[in-house]
Amino acid sequence: MNDAFGNALSFRYELLLPEIILAITAALVIGADAFRSELRLGRRILPWLSVLGLLVAGGVSLLWIDESSDFQLLLTIDNFTTFFRVLFIATAVFVILGSHEYVEKHIGHIGEFYALILLSTVGAIYMAAARELLTAYVSIEILSFSLYVAVSLARNDRRSGEAALKYALLGGVASAMLLYGLSLLYGVGGSTQYAEIGAALAGGAPGMTLPLLLGLALIIAGLGFKASAVPFHMYTPDVYEGAPLPITAYIAATSKAAVLALFLRWFSGPLLPAIDDWQWMIVGLSLASMALGNLIALQQHNIKRLLAYSSIGQVGFMLMAIATISEVSASALLLHIGGYLITNLAVFTAVIALYNRTGTEEISGFRGLAQTNPYLALVITAGLFSLAGMPMLAGFLTKFILFQSASQGGYLWLVTFAVMMSVLSLYYYLKVIREMYLHQPDGDPSRWRLTPTGYLATGVLSLGMVVVGVYAAPLYTMADRASRVLF
Amino acid sequence: MTESDGYILLALFLVPLGTGVLLMLTPSRERAAVIGITGLSSLAMFVLSVYVFAKYSFTGAQFQGVLAITWMENVGLLSEKGMQLKVGVDGIAAVMVLLTGIVIMPGTWVSWKIQDRMKDFFILLYVLVAGVYGTFVMLDLLFWFFFYELALLPMYLLIAVWGSTRKEYGAMKLMMMLIAGSVLIFTALFAMFNELGTGSFDMTQYFAAHFDPTFQKIFFPFIAIGCGTLGGMFPFHGWSPDGHAAAPTAVSMLHAGVLMKLGAFGIIRLGFQMMPEGGAFWAPALIVVGITAALYGAVSALRQTDLKLMTGFSSVSHMGYVFLGLGTLNVIGWNGAILQMFAHGIMTALFFLLIGGMYDQSHDREIPNLSGLARQMPIWSIFFVIAGLASLGLPGMSGFVAELHIFIGAFRAYPIIGGLAVLTAAITATYLLRMFAAAFFGPLNPRWSGLKEITWTERAGAAVLVGAILLLGLWPSPWVDRIAPTIIQSIPGVTL
Repeated sequence: MNDAFGNALSFRYELLLPEIILAITAALVIGADAFRSELRLGRRILPWLSVLGLLVAGGVSLLWIDESSDFQLLLTIDNFTTFFRVLFIATAVFVILGSHEYVEKHIGHIGEFYALILLSTVGAIYMAAARELLTAYVSIEILSFSLYVAVSLARNDRRSGEAALKYALLGGVASAMLLYGLSLLYGVGGSTQYAEIGAALAGGAPGMTLPLLLGLALIIAGLGFKASAVPFHMYTPDVYEGAPLPITAYIAATSKAAVLALFLRWFSGPLLPAIDDWQWMIVGLSLASMALGNLIALQQHNIKRLLAYSSIGQVGFMLMAIATISEVSASALLLHIGGYLITNLAVFTAVIALYNRTGTEEISGFRGLAQTNPYLALVITAGLFSLAGMPMLAGFLTKFILFQSASQGGYLWLVTFAVMMSVLSLYYYLKVIREMYLHQPDGDPSRWRLTPTGYLATGVLSLGMVVVGVYAAPLYTMADRASRVLF
Repeated sequence: MTESDGYILLALFLVPLGTGVLLMLTPSRERAAVIGITGLSSLAMFVLSVYVFAKYSFTGAQFQGVLAITWMENVGLLSEKGMQLKVGVDGIAAVMVLLTGIVIMPGTWVSWKIQDRMKDFFILLYVLVAGVYGTFVMLDLLFWFFFYELALLPMYLLIAVWGSTRKEYGAMKLMMMLIAGSVLIFTALFAMFNELGTGSFDMTQYFAAHFDPTFQKIFFPFIAIGCGTLGGMFPFHGWSPDGHAAAPTAVSMLHAGVLMKLGAFGIIRLGFQMMPEGGAFWAPALIVVGITAALYGAVSALRQTDLKLMTGFSSVSHMGYVFLGLGTLNVIGWNGAILQMFAHGIMTALFFLLIGGMYDQSHDREIPNLSGLARQMPIWSIFFVIAGLASLGLPGMSGFVAELHIFIGAFRAYPIIGGLAVLTAAITATYLLRMFAAAFFGPLNPRWSGLKEITWTERAGAAVLVGAILLLGLWPSPWVDRIAPTIIQSIPGVTL
């Protein structure tokens, strides 16, 4: 008891500061929103307050590169956590910057919107940081619950409520599966701490084959749902379509990356000894995701649904790195996640800006964008080409490294299939690009401009896309350092 | 060439990329500025290309002007020298660089006619050219593939926006087929990287690697088919006639003239130079594919009535010679293959330039509709006849030199195939002469009485290309002197 107390005093609490700042900012945002009329605050204060909190938290996280501390093995702040911390905070910043105009027009509860983004970022970061099953589970739920609510926030859109309900119900089922899987894993490993589970599994866990398999299957099903991997993807298109656009962007970016962070922590550490039991499951999941996601995306007419299916396909690519887990593929996956987040945010920010103007989510709404706003058309084109993996843009290099690392793990056939699917994806991205460049605008053909923050967000993200696509060394080095602590 | 010439090689692709950026910053309405920038830039590329070709010393090392800048190393799967911006040319690449320089300058000139979004056209065109140059000079596998894909990237928009006749279909077909071809290259690259096992993409290591023969036999076809798709290799040539027919003039010129050569170049660089035993094993297949394409393309060209489609099929036929030459595995056949890449590139660019100059006025390319054009457009017709004669291999022109080498090589290796190749040349002569008769001579179709002679920029462009045709035709030794030593140095299996 005394020992624990002594340890508790010696913890380096300052390493948790970023999340504390985020949580306080969230509270401030809600408070400011509630007393806005009393305090005579404008609405604009909320996004700026959120961005300020995020920037401070992000700046503080950068101070602790190469620092590490584990809090009684509950969670670890190390380079891996820091990598995702910075990534998630940056994602939140860009989602907020890119969407404040949208939020004012289409979101019912503005304070909640920003607070939920901040809180879910905390959940996502702790998913990457957790070193113990229950901490991980609670982090997942912080993220999930925030998102269930956030999905329902669109004003005057019945699809939003429907999507939220669907997401919450199915998400609940997935959480139940995950929890059951975790309890089986606890039964096998005798502990909830990653380190001890790993040790127990390395010992072979005699007589536990069936519970272990069942536990793994349930865990993978639960996580597969959160990452929207086939066959647990059914909700994704509806939720993406129903959710307000910024939240769709946020789900596609942070939520997906956080689940992959969790995958990395679990499958590189505690579950690695049982690789023969789960590898085929992940391979199957990956194969199904990239096939189905890309094939169904071919026939979508709604940009949100198209991006939903394309993101399912992208998860398939990323799961290859989990299936062939090694230090090499982990760093490749981190690099790819970095590039993917930048690309995805660039596309979504641009789509949000377009939606603010046209009010339609149909791909036909992109018609003639090259004439009415050539800059935006260029950003979207670059983003889509990057998603398809064309050079000069992040997608080419990060995908190349990711695929190369997976082929090094002995799965050249899977990689070949992935490249084929990646080629297929180019077809539907080109369909969008065709609308922008080959057709005349349907409505008003005059030129229009983005808001200053719109220019800022899309500009920085596009630049990031090109920088990562041409000179990925800094990001790759960071990814490499982050992945070293895993093994 | 010395190491400092490596910076010239870097400039080859940095100039078009920089021009692209500069154009982005130029307002679209400043047409004069756009013309000035692209004119200077294309001249610079031409001069640099000639410089690289001239400075390549045929008594020196195989790769010259080698310059390596470390890009990423000792991180993740990359070890020392993992990824470098490493440039250098051998004799084959030097010839290809020259080809690109000769084609891009007239290609730029004729594109000044474009009215609709000219600036955007040039940005995309120059990205394409940067990709082409980068692929020819790059000695790092990852960067090589980077530029290879970069050359394909702008294709869709270039054809779909500025093209003609079924442009959307042609653009999509071309893009999807070419990118699908790169699936195989991707796979082979991954496999080679793993097989090499040093965690480096430095090509020099791959040339020296001597991969296991079984490995070579398995993966050579990946490269051959993957790059062959871009090279218009039968039966993966389906995109070529449609794509070329749909593309705007300059894009057809660059695509048929240079980009298709990129495919054949890939087979040499990644295929034969890295996996010579695999190449030797599959050489007979290349022969079969090559001669089939040559015959099939020629026979198909006989049937075409659209002038551009005819040229497209003629390209398939002429690229068939290239694969045939590579398949002979003797120095003379290889010499011919690379000369043919150059000769066909120049000649087909001239064809497309001229067809474009005529089509812009007539909006009709159907050969039966064209009649008596020689009276209306004599200069145009003279240029066209020169291109045609080069294409059918008249002595004194580039095509003759190239095809003669290939035929001799083929006769040495497989006499029957050599005979078939000569037959192809006869068919080529048939469709070209028949086309001349139908389109140029005979009574003037009254629809064409309003046609004007081609513009001065087009004449100048055509003159540059004709100059190259005659130079190679009359004095081929600068080319052969560069190509032959490289072949002997770099392809172990090749015989005299």
